[in-house]
Amino acid sequence: MKLKNVFAAGALAAAGLFGAATPAVAQISGDVIRIGIITDMSSVYADIDGQGGVEAIRMAIADMGGTINGKKVEVISADHQNKADVAATKAREWFDTQGLDVLIGGTNSGANLAMAKVAAEKKKPFLVVGAASSALTNDQCTPYTLHWAYDTTALAKGTGAAVVKQGGKSWYFLTADYAFGAQLQTDTSKVVEANGGKVVGSVKVPLNASDFSSFLLQAQGSKAQILGLANAGGDTINSIKAANEFGITKTMKLAGLLVFINDIHSLGLKTTQGMYLTDSWYWNQNAETRAWSRKFFDKMKRMPSSLQAGDYSAATQYLAAVKATGSDDTEKVLAHLKKAKFNDIFMKDGWVRGDGRVIHDMYLMQVKEPGKSTEPWDYYEVKQVFKGEEAWTTKAETKCALWK
Amino acid sequence: MTEIFGIPIQAFLGQLMLGLVNGAFYAMLSLGLAVIFGLLDIVNFAHGALYMVGAFAAWIMLDKWGVNYWFALILAPLVVGALGVVIERTMLKRLYGLDPLYGLLLTFGLSLILEGIFRDQYGVSGQSYSVPEALTGATNLGFMVLPNYRAWVVLASIVVCLGTWFLIERTRLGAYLRAGTENAKLVQAFGVNVPMLVMLTYGAGAALAALAGVLAAPVYQVAPQMGSNLIIIVFAVVVIGGMGSIIGSVITGLGLGIIEGLTKVFYPEASNIVVFVIMAIVLMVRPAGLFGKEA
Repeated sequence: MKLKNVFAAGALAAAGLFGAATPAVAQISGDVIRIGIITDMSSVYADIDGQGGVEAIRMAIADMGGTINGKKVEVISADHQNKADVAATKAREWFDTQGLDVLIGGTNSGANLAMAKVAAEKKKPFLVVGAASSALTNDQCTPYTLHWAYDTTALAKGTGAAVVKQGGKSWYFLTADYAFGAQLQTDTSKVVEANGGKVVGSVKVPLNASDFSSFLLQAQGSKAQILGLANAGGDTINSIKAANEFGITKTMKLAGLLVFINDIHSLGLKTTQGMYLTDSWYWNQNAETRAWSRKFFDKMKRMPSSLQAGDYSAATQYLAAVKATGSDDTEKVLAHLKKAKFNDIFMKDGWVRGDGRVIHDMYLMQVKEPGKSTEPWDYYEVKQVFKGEEAWTTKAETKCALWK
Repeated sequence: MTEIFGIPIQAFLGQLMLGLVNGAFYAMLSLGLAVIFGLLDIVNFAHGALYMVGAFAAWIMLDKWGVNYWFALILAPLVVGALGVVIERTMLKRLYGLDPLYGLLLTFGLSLILEGIFRDQYGVSGQSYSVPEALTGATNLGFMVLPNYRAWVVLASIVVCLGTWFLIERTRLGAYLRAGTENAKLVQAFGVNVPMLVMLTYGAGAALAALAGVLAAPVYQVAPQMGSNLIIIVFAVVVIGGMGSIIGSVITGLGLGIIEGLTKVFYPEASNIVVFVIMAIVLMVRPAGLFGKEA
């Protein structure tokens, strides 16, 4: 009996451990323009967005002068712990009781799809930055959702097509066993096949698997040329590490379908050199991005990811729209955003399409060899630029009713 | 080519080998848990966090002072063992004789604090720790290429498991320890310092976790959540093996590693729950676990 009790308590504690939370940081409402960001602050995606994302929004507010037409601008943030219900509840609470004017969605597609529903119901602008699922502007599009940084379609079109064109004809996928992984694999398979490649197999790997060597040996047995990593965060990091350790990289080339600069930084160039990846932004692109990134670095002690730059951009453009319309009324601001041209450190001549997709360039990058990197965080070489609409879902493919 | 259940025998052997490698790891981690539970009656939820601290200790020593892997293998467990002693003296000591739930809650809280501190300092992506020079490269076994480092991990954990078992079951110190936990008063009457023994046991358990952490550092990313990802499986291993049974956790650790490895081939989606399915079945048939004694 004692054993049973102890074990039951252990199981409860385990559930708590997985959901370990930091308390939400919320401030008291006033007569202000209030920007909210709900993202992963404590778990696997906390480095690519998290506190850095909040800081980027603060930088945007500061760069706008701290006030818009005499009204104070504030940011509030919360940790959704990668749980869709937590994200939706928090969003609802903020809209109902905090006078939230705009919600910025951080990482995790599930959480963002849930928040999109709340924002649409409350008729408030929802700017998605960190989530990848293309469903946000496809079958689940709403008039209030704008998808800012990237999506699974763009990732597939970028890395998938480029790798096939480089001669990587046969693919084997290592796929995270949940909605995001499946979508990324499906989107990439389409692109691979359309470019004359073929998919010889795949293995579905449980999320947060501790050891990838078994799955990698199966991939190696497939004799495919390319190992497509349809996973993210810690799973990508550990699979790349194991692929090197077991010499898989000698017979197969890795294609990381969703890789952030923080992943590269944490793995090191020795392990990641030569890898292709697609991203919406890179800090070391030009003088303007470098200058902004160094400011960010002074605060966070690391270079910004594309998502953090995207958070800055979303907040900046929203505030510009409020300034231009002299109002924080949803319809007025959205109408303005939907006909504006966006020019900031994140994008040039960006614009919003009918489905809510923010159209901007995407980049295919290759990780540098250690010898070619001149300073810490100098990791990428831009190999190809996907201009404008090239990277995204086409009108022929879309299931978004708003854009038919 | 010869096949077993539809997969080539070579691939099958490869997966078996990998399962053994992971199993050795589980065995070593669950060993520390079993020792602490068996002798102190504490469900040590901080075990995963101490394992993580061990890995970080190795990384910090290398990064800050250039202490290499081989020294870290000795130093990190000593440091974490000392931390364990402090935890036992200042906190756990007050809980003896109470319901084991108190110990569980305390250690669980500790693990959250430790994890939080490291997350705050180093972020979640983790740090890279290279395989030591002498163990780089790989050996072709015919059916698979086994990285030398993984072979070393298996060897090291078998030695550690055997050593711990020997110490507890076959030496005078182990006998005192076992007797002390059965009847502290009586053993103390013979002039044995039981509180000291208990303190050292918890310290040694912590050191074992840290040792596993150092061994794991070059294989996985050194990250704050590395312990919590693993601890659930390790708990299952201990429960299946019979809580507190040392030999049980070693054999179960190895066995479950192999079963898990094979699941990854035949039905990968189930690979992270197979351990719990086995646990449920075992608990139905033998509530005290495979090697446990019913209290």
